[in-house]
Amino acid sequence: MTLLAFLILFAAAIFGYVLNRRAALQIRDRGERLHSLGGFHGGYSFLLVALPAFILIVLWLMLQGVVIDRLVLASVADELAGSATGQVQLVLAEIKSIAGGRIFGQPEPWKMEAAARLEALRGQSLVLMYVVLLALIAAMLFLARRRVSPEFRARQRVEGIIGGLLIFCSLVAIFTTLGIVASLLFETVRFFSMVPVTEFLFGTNWEPQIPIREDQIAAEGAFGWLPVLLGTLVITVVALTVAVPVGLFSAIYLNEFASRRVRSVVKPLLEILAGVPTVVYGFFAILVVAPAIRQFGQSIGLDVSPNTALAAGGVMGIMLIPFISSFADDALSAVPRALRDGALALGATRGETMLNVLFPAAIPGIVGGVLLAVSRAIGETMIVVMAAGLIAQMTINPLESVTTITVQIVTLLIGDTAFDNPKTLAAFALGMMLFLVTLAINILALRIVRRYREAYD
Amino acid sequence: MTETTPTRGIDWASPETSSRLKARRRRQNRLKYAGMVSIGIAFLMLGILLVSIISSGYSAFVQTHVEIDVFFDPEAIDVDDLPRSNFNAVLAATMQAQFPEVEGTAELRRLTGILSDGARWTIRDLIVENPDLVGETVAVSVPVADTYDQLYKGFIDRETPEQFRRLDDAQIAYFDRLVEEGRVEATFNWALFFNADSRFPELAGLKGAIIGSFYALATCFVLSFPVGIGAAIYLEEFAPRNRFSDLIEVNINNLAAVPSVVFGLLALAVFLGWFGMPRSSPFVGGMTLALMTLPTIIIATRAALKAVPPSIREAALGVGASRHQVVFQHVLPLAMPGILTGTIIGLAQALGETAPLLLIGMNAFITSAPATPFDSSTALPTQIFIWADSPERGFVSRTSAAIMVLLGFLVMMNAVAIYLRNRFQRTW
Repeated sequence: MTLLAFLILFAAAIFGYVLNRRAALQIRDRGERLHSLGGFHGGYSFLLVALPAFILIVLWLMLQGVVIDRLVLASVADELAGSATGQVQLVLAEIKSIAGGRIFGQPEPWKMEAAARLEALRGQSLVLMYVVLLALIAAMLFLARRRVSPEFRARQRVEGIIGGLLIFCSLVAIFTTLGIVASLLFETVRFFSMVPVTEFLFGTNWEPQIPIREDQIAAEGAFGWLPVLLGTLVITVVALTVAVPVGLFSAIYLNEFASRRVRSVVKPLLEILAGVPTVVYGFFAILVVAPAIRQFGQSIGLDVSPNTALAAGGVMGIMLIPFISSFADDALSAVPRALRDGALALGATRGETMLNVLFPAAIPGIVGGVLLAVSRAIGETMIVVMAAGLIAQMTINPLESVTTITVQIVTLLIGDTAFDNPKTLAAFALGMMLFLVTLAINILALRIVRRYREAYD
Repeated sequence: MTETTPTRGIDWASPETSSRLKARRRRQNRLKYAGMVSIGIAFLMLGILLVSIISSGYSAFVQTHVEIDVFFDPEAIDVDDLPRSNFNAVLAATMQAQFPEVEGTAELRRLTGILSDGARWTIRDLIVENPDLVGETVAVSVPVADTYDQLYKGFIDRETPEQFRRLDDAQIAYFDRLVEEGRVEATFNWALFFNADSRFPELAGLKGAIIGSFYALATCFVLSFPVGIGAAIYLEEFAPRNRFSDLIEVNINNLAAVPSVVFGLLALAVFLGWFGMPRSSPFVGGMTLALMTLPTIIIATRAALKAVPPSIREAALGVGASRHQVVFQHVLPLAMPGILTGTIIGLAQALGETAPLLLIGMNAFITSAPATPFDSSTALPTQIFIWADSPERGFVSRTSAAIMVLLGFLVMMNAVAIYLRNRFQRTW
């Protein structure tokens, strides 16, 4: 049904365009000089009709659900008096499923009534929306049509509106950041009202359960994030141990020794590693790498857990190879040619030039790239969700099973939607820490890279 | 380079000089070989990845079917309420007719176990469509259960002692008799593309996931393409150089590096929590992906706009175009190939993105394809995640097959991007 509303909107906007353009051209044909081209008069009408109507439809669709829920709940307030929030949500869900035709058992009559009221309200809301929409469109068409005159500065108006739209588009990025910060902060603050900040930051126990019954003794959750952080760091270190040497040597070879043809073949092939979705790497880790590591460990008499940090970290390292190699390659290429030529002219071999001149000069850029890879590794989710463990342990042994921040976020939130217990809110606190850590690393990395670039330009 | 005192004429032929030179060359070669080995390792890993996925997944593109002669017994079928008849009894009778010597309900149930659990729905649909078939015998081809599928494909070793095998001798004997009678054949597994998800590997398909991914990507494109281009045009062509535009720029660069799971948290808290949008729907998934794709599109668009030479702008301004006309009528069309290339690459990344979709519940078990973008659905990567988690053997090969399908889509999208770049991009 909403599609129809957008179709009406679009048709009306087109109609407005044609109407105004034709009116403007008639004025021109009468021999008067128009300030703006006919197309701009048409465009003015198009925008004047389309924008408010579009905003109306979107707002209506976003708000009608909430408003209707409130109205329905208000009408059954007597029956719900004294219920907890969760219970009210359950009743609402039941009323909705009754309204949707999925009736289980024999609901109380007042629920059936509420469901009928919900249906009626939805119908009314739809009708009302179309009435308001059509009225708005008609008003805007009329307004826009009246503005057509030889001296109307339609071009300036249209360009002004479009300029505003462009600014709005670029503000979306800021809104997104604000949305991330606001949502994380809001839920994190709620989490810290249930669990003390110090326990979260310095606790060494991560057992995010919540008591199911009031009198339950055993499952008092513990929310100390240090073991989770440690696990993340172990996996990151493993990943970098794979990615940094392989990536750096590949970059050195490509930059100094490879012929142009080899380079043009090898580079895109390496980039494929970066283009493979992470869920594929995760499956690769559990299908091939983890069993292989386990088998190898057992053959030399080691006890290896089925989801080792080594498997998850190693596969993540493979993913990061092209990341490091392309950053290092760029950094090496950015070293001024004069340095290279100078070293070669003094009689250094190409290998010596690379190791003693180019590489040291490129170190800031390479460090920046490695830092970005670290932030990638910390924030990487699917590989660890599939291949790393769930239990938080204080260990730095890569053969044991460790868990990471992202794994905990995903497992805490999968299948659980109530945001009123520390278990789900803990995921947002972890998300906040993840966001802050990666943000800090990214800013640091970009600063290093930028400062280094300025040194030579 | 170790000589510090200038000497008159080095004896390049002397043994020490040449051995020193050789040592330096050796060191250089070591560096070179280390690089080659590194690249070799990277390629080896890529190769192992692809080979292991293909070798475990190719078998899922074939499905074993068995042809059975179903007799729609008027006694067993409820003519008044066809869909609710006891089709299990019909199937049991069918198998009984095939193997008259089998006695006992338990043994008969084991025998019927050769057929997929979905066989009863197949014959139900058949009889509901043609009620005239009641009382007739019809030859129907139905998929066999996953274990027998594995047996027919040779993944179950008949030499394994009976107690360690997933099928005992009697079950294998029944199946072999069907094979001997020529009733069993392996055909291309269209169900992989035209069925939705199922608990039973032999019935599970990707239809729901492909449609869900399509809806999510379409939503992502509709939202991020215009907004991304708009933002890029503003920043590149109109924005004054001041703190405000710097702030936006820093913001975009940082957004590009925010972990994807954080976008999932944002979607969960804002789209689902505050706005009450439908859970598990491709529309919400697409909105989340749009936020993630936006920085990619903005950066690509800015690069494409920058590549258009200033002479074009000056010429257009010179003949009296306004700044907006210059941008929208001259610069933007010339930059379009580059923008499209960047957009497709961004969408390809979005197609493979999993974590944010998990958080908004697109990993639900849903047995029908979504009709609209607002219905519950999975997406290709989340379907891979679900299947990878499933214990049944048949899902291992199906997961790999789903990965092959996903990689196939990615290759296609990237190929289109490369084609666009090579065909239309101009260099000035």
